Amino acid sequence: MTVSPSGSPSGSPTGRLPRRLRRVPLNLAALAVLAVSLFPVYWMVLTAFTPTRDIQARTLSFWPAHPTLEHFATAVRADGFWTFCRNSLTVTAGAVLLALLVALLAAFAVARMRWRGRKAFILMVFVAQMAPWEALLVPMFIIARDTGMLDRLSMLTLIYFMTTLPFTIVTLRGFLAAIPADLEEAALIDGCGRTAAFRRVVLPLLAPGLMSTSLFGFITAWNEFAFANALIIKNQDDRTLPVWLSSFGNVFGTDWGATMAAATLFMLPVLLIFLILQRRVTSGLIAGAVKG
Amino acid sequence: MTAASQAPARRHDHDRDAPASGPSAPPAAQPRPGPSRLTGLWPYLLVAPTLVGTAYLLLYPLIRSVVISFQHFRTGELIRGGAEFVGLENYLEVLGGAEFWAVVRRTLLWTAVNVTLIMVISTAVALMITRLGRGMRLAVMGGLVLTWATPALAATTVFQWLFQSRLGVVNRLLTGLGLESFQDYTWFADGTSTFVILVALVVWQSVPFAALTLYAALTTIPAELYEAARIDGATGRQVFASVTFPILRPLFGLITSLEVIWVFKCFTQIWAISRGGPGEATTTLPVYAFQVAQSLHKYDLGSAISTLTVLILVVLLITHLRRMLRHEGEQP
Repeated sequence: MTVSPSGSPSGSPTGRLPRRLRRVPLNLAALAVLAVSLFPVYWMVLTAFTPTRDIQARTLSFWPAHPTLEHFATAVRADGFWTFCRNSLTVTAGAVLLALLVALLAAFAVARMRWRGRKAFILMVFVAQMAPWEALLVPMFIIARDTGMLDRLSMLTLIYFMTTLPFTIVTLRGFLAAIPADLEEAALIDGCGRTAAFRRVVLPLLAPGLMSTSLFGFITAWNEFAFANALIIKNQDDRTLPVWLSSFGNVFGTDWGATMAAATLFMLPVLLIFLILQRRVTSGLIAGAVKG
Repeated sequence: MTAASQAPARRHDHDRDAPASGPSAPPAAQPRPGPSRLTGLWPYLLVAPTLVGTAYLLLYPLIRSVVISFQHFRTGELIRGGAEFVGLENYLEVLGGAEFWAVVRRTLLWTAVNVTLIMVISTAVALMITRLGRGMRLAVMGGLVLTWATPALAATTVFQWLFQSRLGVVNRLLTGLGLESFQDYTWFADGTSTFVILVALVVWQSVPFAALTLYAALTTIPAELYEAARIDGATGRQVFASVTFPILRPLFGLITSLEVIWVFKCFTQIWAISRGGPGEATTTLPVYAFQVAQSLHKYDLGSAISTLTVLILVVLLITHLRRMLRHEGEQP
């Protein structure tokens, strides 16, 4: 589209104007994409801040006319909210860190070493992504029960670790493979040891990869509902946020304001981590681009 | 991790010493067998944690599940144990019913519609981002990141709210546009409209990952290639077909198969919104297996359906698996 000849002879003095005009449809499309991506989230947050009488009013408002915190108060005061928050954070962070560590080892072996069984290992990792996790509820329940891990958050941590591991390996391996092995070798020639070469050359370049894969792992684990629902039965204090969130219907009834406030709060940690990490991801990408 | 890099480090030290001490120095030659044998072991040590985790948390439960699919395993057996083997009985019951085949057809339709939309829209969005000015590019990427960061359950709840019959913004907007028939329209009472809303939800959630990954890959294509194509007078479409797509083909393959897997297995959104209903309009294979196992307590039939689900997915992806393996073999 932009490939069309930009320096057409007619446009030499006013060459800027046609280009800007040509950008109009492009920018309109961009605005449309932006609107579609943002609107549902905007509507969620807006509803969370809108008083119930305004939500039920017959006229629509796209702007918080009378912002209120009543719905957040309702959500936060609901039974066990903070406990579930803490449980979710613990389980998710544990699973993500474990997956990153284990995946980094495996990705290094796959991307940088030649060994018998490597192909089979890659195939196994790829197939593991197809694992029908919802279908494993019954056997998981039996295993947890038989090993005394039922009602334990550590069992959930292990399961979330395993659900995110294959993807983490695949992506980290991709990021590792994109880092030329020559860089490491150059560092080796410059007198670094293998460990130093990895830490000083590969790891900084891999940082964006580690960040984005951990983001994915965080979202997956933070979201998980079926296992948390099935494996935490007796000890209700060990429930996680998604299980609590899914019971909104019972907790808040048709109180859409409180429901949206709870959904907003549920989204908040993911968003915060995203914002913190995303800056590093982009700065890492830019640094990589500058270094060429 | 420190242990992981020790042996290669030692080998490297040896390599570095070798030229300095010269071929006549015996100590340089002596340690050679040691480190190389260690290097031979290292990859296996590095993948060991993955293998142990997979064996205990995936393979073992999977085998248990397959075993259950050959047993009579209902509530009684779950509590007391002592399930009996019944051979292929469960599979015959599942495959013999018309319901299963309807679910399979629906799942294939669900996957095809979603993945096609996701790939087409993501490619268009990724190409669009590369052409945007800096400010707009950051805005669009920010929007995509926000969408991507929205947890599935939150997004699902929001979509239920958007399409709520009486107070939902969609119905109010449509009514406002003069489409009076959407006054209090109950989207979730109709099979087709529930299906459409679920597609919209899954596509909305899936595009950001695919688009951002494709965009990142697009930026790695050297500008010289585009310039060359431009000089040759190629149109935008020709550039995409002859430069962009061939270079990104492996990534397109990877993203498509990941999306196929994710969409095919999609459970949380469907379950939270419709539980497979109304009727059976949105019952896909994972939902069906869950219904049979958890709601009907027919764990044996549920396990049989799960096993068949995995087999179908493997068949769907076999071409990609084969190509990927061939590609692996080509690497030096």
